[in-house]
Amino acid sequence: MIQVLATALTVVALVAALWSLVLVVTDRPITLATKPTLGLAAVVVLLEAGLLVQAVLATVNVIGADRGEMNRATFFGYLIAVVSVLPVGAFWAMGDRSRWGAGVLAVACLSVPVMILRLDQIWALRG
Amino acid sequence: MAERSRELAEATRSGPGRMLIAVYGIFAIAATARSAVQIATHFERAPLAYALSAFAAVVYVVATAALAGVVSRRVAYLACGVELAGVIVVGAASLVFAGAFPDATVWSDFGGGYGFIPLVLPVLGLLWLRRTGLRNSELDR
Repeated sequence: MIQVLATALTVVALVAALWSLVLVVTDRPITLATKPTLGLAAVVVLLEAGLLVQAVLATVNVIGADRGEMNRATFFGYLIAVVSVLPVGAFWAMGDRSRWGAGVLAVACLSVPVMILRLDQIWALRG
Repeated sequence: MAERSRELAEATRSGPGRMLIAVYGIFAIAATARSAVQIATHFERAPLAYALSAFAAVVYVVATAALAGVVSRRVAYLACGVELAGVIVVGAASLVFAGAFPDATVWSDFGGGYGFIPLVLPVLGLLWLRRTGLRNSELDR
C-alpha cells in the first residue's frame, strides 16, 4: 500500500460522497446536463482512475515483496471490490432520474474509504 | 394484475428504495466474499460463527434480489424479517454466550462491527416494503 495514494483516495471519495449528499438534499438529480452533476462525474472518474492505479501498484507490491502471514485472498478480494463498486454504483445510480440516484452514488463513494481502511489493516498484518 | 405487480416492483426499486438496494448490495457482496474466505481457509477455527456468516450472506443476497424485484415481494418480506430476527438473536447470543463466538459474524454485537447498519437495514427494508405496498393498494380505491 502506498500511504499517500490511499489517503488521497480516501479524501477524494469523501468529497464525492459529500457532493452526492448535497445533490440529494438540494434535490438535483444526476442528469450530467448541469455543472454540479458534471463536476461530480469528473470527481468520480478521477477517483476510479486513482483506485485502478492503486490496484496495480498494490498487486505489484504484494507479489514482489515478502509479506509473510498477510491474508492475500482477502486483500485481493478488497482490491477487486474497491475498483468495482463505483462503476456498478454509477450504473445503478443512473437508472434513477430522481434525487435518489445521487443517494446511490453517495453510498458507493462511502464504501470506498471503508474498503481502503480494511486494505490498510490487512497490509499492516493486523486483519 | 401482472401489470400492477410490475409497477409495484418498479416503485420498490425507485426513489429511496434504490439507495436501500445499493446498501443491501454492498452488504450482500461483502458478506458473501468474507464468508467464502472464512470457510475456505479456516472453517475449524469458529464453525458456528462462520456458518452463521454464510447464512447471513445468503439472506443479504436474497433480500437484495427481492427488493430489486427479481423474486417475489413475499420473499423480500421474508428475507428482511429473517434478517431482523437474525441480527437480534445472534446479537444477543454473542453477548450472552461470548465463548461460542471466537470470531465475529456480521450480526455479532447487533452489527456493531459494521456501524450497526445490519440492525437498521432490515427495519428500513420492512418499512419501505410496507410503504410502497400501501401506496400501491391505495390506487385500487
